[in-house]
Amino acid sequence: MDLENQQRIKDLADEHGQENMVVILGGAEAEASGLACETVTNGDPTFAGPLAGVQLGLACYHVFEPEIKDAIDEDVYEEQISMMEMVLEVDDIIEEVKEYREKFSQYTL
Amino acid sequence: MLAGKKIAILGDRDGIPGPAIEEALKSTEAEVVFTTTECFV
Repeated sequence: MDLENQQRIKDLADEHGQENMVVILGGAEAEASGLACETVTNGDPTFAGPLAGVQLGLACYHVFEPEIKDAIDEDVYEEQISMMEMVLEVDDIIEEVKEYREKFSQYTL
Repeated sequence: MLAGKKIAILGDRDGIPGPAIEEALKSTEAEVVFTTTECFV
């Protein structure tokens, strides 16, 4: 995950409180989405960025996951998101993000 | 479920870009506090 974005997420979690933050991912593939989820929950696995060793434990979901998808108006989801749902490996992405969330998130929706 | 939550969006140029997710979340009670579009690779 981009180092600048790691800093932003860290600052936002400080500002708003970890329990109030939710990170929503739009990643195109499973591994990278899982890594992003790991970074905002358990810290930067590459130990390169501001979140290295920082376990924020944030709630983190991919936009394809039912917790997020079902909260969005159906027509709007159709218009903004669903086209990519048809071309990406949705089940793999969801499984990977969920695995890291269940392992490291201290907060959930 | 999202009511009152502060949302940080990490979109993906090759997946769902940040602004598309932000637009979709306007239909919820969540507050988007940060949106970006990364190149995940």
